[in-house]
Amino acid sequence: MGKHYPRLRWIALNHQIPPKFFTKKIKITGDFLFKNLAAVIAASAIVILIITGYVLTTDSVPVIERFGTDFFFGTAWNPVEGREVFGALPYVLGTLVTSGIALLIGVPLSLGIAIFLVEMAPRSLRVPISYLVELLAAVPSVIYGLWGLFIFRFWILNYIEIPLSTYLGWIPIFSGTPFGLDLFTAGCILAIMIIPTVASISKEVISAVPNSIREGAYSIGATKWEVIRHWVISYGRSGIFGAVILGLGRAVGETMAVSMLIGNATGPAAMPTSLFQPGQTMASLIANGFLEATGELEVAAYVGVGLILLIMSLLINVGAHIMVTKVLKVKGGAVE
Amino acid sequence: MNTKYVIAAIVAIVVILGSIAAYVYLSAPGTTETVMLNGSGATFPYPLLNEIITQYVHNIKPNVQVNYQAIGSGGGISDLKNKNVDFAGSDAPLTATESADIPNALHIPETIGAVTVTYNLPGVSSGLKLTGQVLADIFQGTITKWNDPAIQNLNPDVTLPSQSIATVHRSDGSGTTFIFTSYLSKVSTSWSTAVGQGKSVAWPVGIGSNGNAGVASTVAGNQYSIGYVELAYALENDMTMAAIANPSGHYILPTLESTTAAAQAGAATLPAGDASWTGVDLLNMDNAEAYPIVSFTYLLVYKELNVLPNMTQEKATALVQFLWYIVHDGQDLGPDLEYAPLPSNVVQLNEATIQSITFNGQTLSAT
Repeated sequence: MGKHYPRLRWIALNHQIPPKFFTKKIKITGDFLFKNLAAVIAASAIVILIITGYVLTTDSVPVIERFGTDFFFGTAWNPVEGREVFGALPYVLGTLVTSGIALLIGVPLSLGIAIFLVEMAPRSLRVPISYLVELLAAVPSVIYGLWGLFIFRFWILNYIEIPLSTYLGWIPIFSGTPFGLDLFTAGCILAIMIIPTVASISKEVISAVPNSIREGAYSIGATKWEVIRHWVISYGRSGIFGAVILGLGRAVGETMAVSMLIGNATGPAAMPTSLFQPGQTMASLIANGFLEATGELEVAAYVGVGLILLIMSLLINVGAHIMVTKVLKVKGGAVE
Repeated sequence: MNTKYVIAAIVAIVVILGSIAAYVYLSAPGTTETVMLNGSGATFPYPLLNEIITQYVHNIKPNVQVNYQAIGSGGGISDLKNKNVDFAGSDAPLTATESADIPNALHIPETIGAVTVTYNLPGVSSGLKLTGQVLADIFQGTITKWNDPAIQNLNPDVTLPSQSIATVHRSDGSGTTFIFTSYLSKVSTSWSTAVGQGKSVAWPVGIGSNGNAGVASTVAGNQYSIGYVELAYALENDMTMAAIANPSGHYILPTLESTTAAAQAGAATLPAGDASWTGVDLLNMDNAEAYPIVSFTYLLVYKELNVLPNMTQEKATALVQFLWYIVHDGQDLGPDLEYAPLPSNVVQLNEATIQSITFNGQTLSAT
């Protein structure tokens, strides 16, 4: 009230109406608009998710009706007209295996980066390195795919896969003739792709650990390693877990780079029995086949795989949420 | 943000928009009304079609604009069915179901494609001899070593290694796969029983790579591998190519000439443009010079153009003249881009087809 509303002030003064009345009324209108606009924008995220789920469900009905549970647990995949049979199990497993490799390799590296940056790096290194790590996130996935296809896969093939299969080939997961285009290479490229996400969030989480925790630990004689291991990581574990889940989300949904490196097997050949054999993830299967899919059943099969992918992503996120809020919640001194 | 950067950004945007506006203004074709033709479909003929469109619009008919969206044969056929486009491109003729959905569609062979078999065998250059049956056995995983007697007997002069064969196929659905698997189905009963033909099939063995470039890179990067790519891509990239046996027992290397020869041999039995083309192919043609893995790619148009919304006499005439240009002068642009030109007997067939196009029952002047 006041100088912004001279007209209102004039009305108020001349009609003996308390000025507060107008102030309130005007403010309510603006707030009302803003509140509703914000609500609509917030709701749109949920609406989009519901519509996506609805369309994926209705459009995959033909394939689920025809094959029933075989669509979810079968391994055959044949789009040839008259011989159609679709089973999504190999791609679900392929997605889990490649994402698992990505986490196994990517998370320790990311945590190492985060701990080094917060706890050890001199200030002059801290800023440029964290900037470079975040820059990795800005590289489009097709670039990772191309680099992987032309350069990276030969490193993996010559320095990891061939030695492993020569000396440890009797272990089933290292069996087969390595070709460089397989589950392992795809998992490795995914590991690189999740590093910026996991590392930069972990870095923030570790930075947020209060210094009093560290000082307390040092004061009772803990070494640097013990401080990091027992106090800093424990204190930040729910945040670090959240970072890992975000990385997992990226690994599960990644399409382009994976489809360029995974060897794109279909059918029973895509069952992940060895790391050094071509496989297929759900996302790469859809990217490969959907564009030229012919016939209602084949289209429905790809949509159905999309539905499974959506459900899996939702389960991961809901599970992660429960873990973060219920299980990993920091209590008291946060020391194990 | 720094004000200097904001100003620089604004200046840059103004300059860019200004040049776009100037370009649009200057390239506007005078006072003549612009006619817009829309098409969509196969990606395989896109480089050729794009060149034809550029030549046509710049040198022949400045008042015509042609858009072709290379979204894949399936997408083109569905666009034509829904009457979203004036013409469609497809690597395969319409199936019986599709023909029922698009009544009175005309097939106009636009250019010829071939599928080459490429391999990475140290010390072996182009010209490895293979038969269709051997090829099918390799891709089916029944022939697993390069020095298998079946391959060695065809190539007595070549030293073949005792190495496992790694087969590479397209992972994405594609017309190239359709042509290749159709050929294997035609020449090998074991293949047609076990695998069959399609834009993507259930490959018994092998690595899948995305696109011609993916297959080429996988074969180039891995010794003892074998794959298949489309002819234009193989020629442009100087890839090794196998000579495939044709029905007369000659081993033919894929070239533009041996591709055109197949079309010339097949033209004798082609149906009329408005008849059903279901099942038409140029595979394994009985001609001593013909390469056996060859296929037309088609333009599809409605015979009576008034079924399309927004169709006018002027637009219909422009479409017919554009099609005429593609099958005549447009063919000359093919060889530079590694596309085999149509033989004269196919051009004659196309002339009759294009002249049969009508608008409101009236034929249109094609020249």
